[in-house]
Amino acid sequence: MKSVFEITKGMTPVDTSYCPGCSHGIAHRLIMEVLDERGELGNTIGVVPIGCSINAHHFMNVDMCESTHGRAPAIASGIRRVHPDKVVFTYQGDGDLASIGAGEILHAAHRGEKFTTFFINNAIYGMTGGQMAPTTLIGQRATTCVDGRTVEQAGLPLKMCEILAAVPCAVYVERVMLNNPANVRKAKKAVQTALDIQKAGLGFTFVEFLSACPTNWGLAPADALKWVETEMASYYPIGNFRKPEGY
Amino acid sequence: MSKVLMKGNEAFAEAAIRAGCKCYFGYPITPQNEIPEYMSHELPKAGGAFLQAESELAAVNMAFGAAASGGRVFISTSSPGLALMQEGLGFICSAECPVVVLNVSRGGPGVGGIQPGQADYIQVTRGGYNGDAKIPVLAPAGIQECVDLIYEAFDIADKYRNPVLIFADGMMGQMMEPVELPPARGITPPEKINETKPWAITGTAQHPGRNVVYSLRLEPDVLEKHVEHLFEKYDAAAKELVRYKSMNLDEAEIVFVAFGTMSRLCAEAIELLDAQGIKAGLIRPISLWPYPDAAFDEIGPKCKVVISTELNMGQMLTDVKAAVAGRWPVGLINRTGGIVPSSLEIVERAKKLLEGVK
Repeated sequence: MKSVFEITKGMTPVDTSYCPGCSHGIAHRLIMEVLDERGELGNTIGVVPIGCSINAHHFMNVDMCESTHGRAPAIASGIRRVHPDKVVFTYQGDGDLASIGAGEILHAAHRGEKFTTFFINNAIYGMTGGQMAPTTLIGQRATTCVDGRTVEQAGLPLKMCEILAAVPCAVYVERVMLNNPANVRKAKKAVQTALDIQKAGLGFTFVEFLSACPTNWGLAPADALKWVETEMASYYPIGNFRKPEGY
Repeated sequence: MSKVLMKGNEAFAEAAIRAGCKCYFGYPITPQNEIPEYMSHELPKAGGAFLQAESELAAVNMAFGAAASGGRVFISTSSPGLALMQEGLGFICSAECPVVVLNVSRGGPGVGGIQPGQADYIQVTRGGYNGDAKIPVLAPAGIQECVDLIYEAFDIADKYRNPVLIFADGMMGQMMEPVELPPARGITPPEKINETKPWAITGTAQHPGRNVVYSLRLEPDVLEKHVEHLFEKYDAAAKELVRYKSMNLDEAEIVFVAFGTMSRLCAEAIELLDAQGIKAGLIRPISLWPYPDAAFDEIGPKCKVVISTELNMGQMLTDVKAAVAGRWPVGLINRTGGIVPSSLEIVERAKKLLEGVK
């Protein structure tokens, strides 16, 4: 009998630790599936952040290391110096990347580091229990802004793709969202393109995934996906912000 | 081998290159700037990679990434920069990666000044990192010794899978001395890394199974076991890495305890005191952790006072008093803020301390 579908070898055969409706599982699967399809699983080194996805190394079937909070891009820069021919990526959430690690991501992009950063933006700190992130939307409730974030209190949310698109050596910057099958397929395309450009050695590549965190948003999984589409995507427009010619 | 006259910082960088350093990461800070400068043009020629980090935070984490993936790594900084690296160093201890760190220290606290200091004694021997971890600390007294220690530190770091810290003060970084450089050992190519470092993350095609370098252990019993494992290594290091030099301990009435630049001034002071008929000796700890307690057992019966002699407010006193264990009075001769006393000042203050205990 011909096999029509197989689980990717890129994921280890264990259950993930993520909450029902969380987008991490989809993002993990997309990245690992692309690496598997390209025969790169044995040739890849990944860095996981501090946050829920510190556990990603239990699920992603490649060599990996953990990171101090926010410093994954610096760690990947070090790995890249030892292994110029490997596929290198960081996987980071929005508290990790846009807050404590804002300096490291900016300077990895600034240097045109030849690795890919996968950025999971769910507009909240997940692992620590739902505190406000730099990406939390105006009016969105979090445990450190229980009446909703205000501009007076915390400014306007940071748009990382727009910031990085202004950095000359960030050659591929794209925002995708994981709210429905069509957009998940588009997200896979972005992962493929980012890894192609990394392989070609053209510079720093960045894919932001608008993602759901039903637990900390206090929404049912289906409602959380709706919230990604209506609330998040209206402030964080999906699409390409920068790509090299020919991609 | 012939000797060459080199500035300390450049000799230290060259020693790391010859030890087979693959990666250097650094951020500008005085008085060690000649190290990143030298590395930027010399390390690539040797087949290594130089990267100027955006901060010391980034530098120590770049070092972690390079070490976790199997490269020999060297980082250097000066006192406030080392404070910024502490989180990363604790993480590297937990994740068990080898990194060689050079601190060309200056005066503090805070930004302090840029003249030589030893006020990082507590920072380097106790660490600023959280948790139960230890980092071996080796303190050279001159450029040749520092070169030799850096060269060897890569092997020590590999053996214990832990950072090793070389504690040189700014005086050593900025002065010139003749030095014999060790032979170049060459850099391990990436495809051979797992032959000596089977744990390194190099991609699963290169080794059996899957390698993960990590620190997080959420289950208390697992974390406790891990810390106990680290301390088995530290216990072994505490036995194997004790190093010191001593002089005149048999006859000495005054025993100086000093490391680094201060030990050289004490050696001069000992000659000056001898000319005045006062016998003095010296214990020079080279390993600051593990501290060479055993050296104090060599102190002879004529000893009247043990004097910790430091470029800080007496940070080593705790260790000196513990090693003395009540056997002799303990005094302190110190300057701080970047001031290095003359040997004459040491002589005068030592005589006063001696009179005070007679």
